[in-house]
Amino acid sequence: MTENLKACLKESLDVYDYWAYDQRPRIEWPGGAKVAFWVAPNIEYYELDPPQNPSRKPWPHPHPAVPGYSIRDYGNRVGHQRQMALLDKYGIRGSISLSTALCEHHPEIIQMCKERDWEFFSHGIYNTRYTYGLSEAQERMMIRDSMETIHRHTGQACAGYLAPALSHSEHTLDLFAEVGEELFGAKGGLYTCDLFHDDQPTPVRVRSGKRFISMPYSLEMNDTIVYAVNKVEPRQYSTMLKRHFDRLYLEGAESGTVMCIPTHNYQVSCPHRIKAFEEALEYITGHPDVWVATGREIADYYMTHYYDAALDSMTAQAVSAGREG
Amino acid sequence: MALNDDYLDYPLRRHGYDHERFEWSMLSERPPITWPEGKTLAVWINVSLQFYPLNQRGEPFKVPNGMTMPYPDLRHFSLRDYGNRVGIYRVLKALAAHNIKPTFAINAQLAEQTPYLVERLKAHGGEFIAHGWNMDHLHYGGQPREEEAELVKRSVETLRRVTGQPVRGWLSPAKHQSFNTLDLLAENGIQYCADWVNDDMPYACHTQTNSLAMMPLATEIEDQFVMSQNLHSEDSWVTQVKDAFDFLLEESREQGGRLFALNLHPWLVGQPHRIACLEEVLAHISGHSEVWQAPAGEILDAFSAATEQA
Repeated sequence: MTENLKACLKESLDVYDYWAYDQRPRIEWPGGAKVAFWVAPNIEYYELDPPQNPSRKPWPHPHPAVPGYSIRDYGNRVGHQRQMALLDKYGIRGSISLSTALCEHHPEIIQMCKERDWEFFSHGIYNTRYTYGLSEAQERMMIRDSMETIHRHTGQACAGYLAPALSHSEHTLDLFAEVGEELFGAKGGLYTCDLFHDDQPTPVRVRSGKRFISMPYSLEMNDTIVYAVNKVEPRQYSTMLKRHFDRLYLEGAESGTVMCIPTHNYQVSCPHRIKAFEEALEYITGHPDVWVATGREIADYYMTHYYDAALDSMTAQAVSAGREG
Repeated sequence: MALNDDYLDYPLRRHGYDHERFEWSMLSERPPITWPEGKTLAVWINVSLQFYPLNQRGEPFKVPNGMTMPYPDLRHFSLRDYGNRVGIYRVLKALAAHNIKPTFAINAQLAEQTPYLVERLKAHGGEFIAHGWNMDHLHYGGQPREEEAELVKRSVETLRRVTGQPVRGWLSPAKHQSFNTLDLLAENGIQYCADWVNDDMPYACHTQTNSLAMMPLATEIEDQFVMSQNLHSEDSWVTQVKDAFDFLLEESREQGGRLFALNLHPWLVGQPHRIACLEEVLAHISGHSEVWQAPAGEILDAFSAATEQA
């Protein structure tokens, strides 16, 4: 990157203001629940021989990257059904972070999820096609393609976005909100999963001014981060999930929190890991004051009941901190 | 400057896969099969015997568990060699105690250079499968076809010659392949490959000549993956293997036959402080009436017979 380009980079994306955890309007979830709990299975397609991107290699080794490709394929061939059976057992409807090309490659999986009234949100087209280097027009076209694909195959107005392979541009959130509004009006393009700054939903500024929020999705509880990056032992993951829940449940008595478990069928659904995952699901759903929901349901409830109060609170804090609104 | 628009072209966005090596199929949707004698879980114990050369070339990349220090990296060279001199004999004793019929994946160069070891493995009983030439001769995308063709042929022919066995199976070093590997295996009379870890049952692959089966040899519960790559404890490895076994056994009772495949490396699990963990795992696996333990080729034969009947 040249010095000129570096000088253009932003110190902060500046889409939200500082807003202290202990200075917010109280949230109460439906039925007096303390924690809104959602599970976000990533159902992904990685290509065997994707094109190169100048900013990031899709595979660490020359193509075909058989080890990486085949274990991800395990997730679709074998793992999906296992996780789906577990979520059925504990009364959880998944909110799928979807490589939307999967609608074409493996519609059988999409059909099973549709039958269960699961939510589908966009995770790009393929997890081997990155946002890096796309022009604004190209990124808009990619996002639009993904949302139209979901609508065509499921009838759903896509509410959420997790950028493919967590690859972003400065305009990713703006573009998603704009395309959602163009395609589906107030029903589409409501929340992003790409920000990890909070344990509660928070309003996020987009340039169109659309009502838009960040939905807590949690990289810390993401099975791929836990297993493949942090190399955690399976039983320890179960312990981590329970501790994470315990604290959010405790704090949720003061003001409602959100817990998400982002999963991948090639991680939690492997035979040596699924028991640990099930223990955590059993534990969490065994508590009385848990609202088991989908991403959209949490977003809709928050938008209706707390979004305006949150904006007022954020503005008041900004003013008292001596900043102009 | 933005990427070319063709970065957003997806010519292989279609039903099934973005390749034509095998058919898209969900495990749970296939007709259930039963293993011989009405067993539900087939157990494949694979022992990988490997030679990591001291003068590692690392082309096109350094193999996991290979040399990492400046030449001569005696510490990694001799730690790996330990497996073939000492560790394997502990492993064989543990296998014998539980009447396990193993599958030996052995680098052809190692087999050629250690006739005593090969005789000892033959005397123990079990199936030999090809494991490439050595751990520094990788199969990889971009490798010239002629170069890889010679490598496959030399590896398979050498192993057939020194073992006297037909050698029907193949495990690539580090499970890496080129786009030609499966075709070259079929051309050399190989009937099954263990590299693609995308299933808990065998399945059919397409090649330019003969048919070839995939026999997925799970990476995620391998000793080297859990203890050497992920740096988990020995006790955690035992728990993970038992959990995997218990889960697949239960699934096989409910949904039909499953394959439990465990890959072992004597240079790792054959160490004095780890061998008892292997013994514990083998005791756990052996104590079930629904288990059918056999070499990989026999499991494939039973699978073929069962699917023809179905």
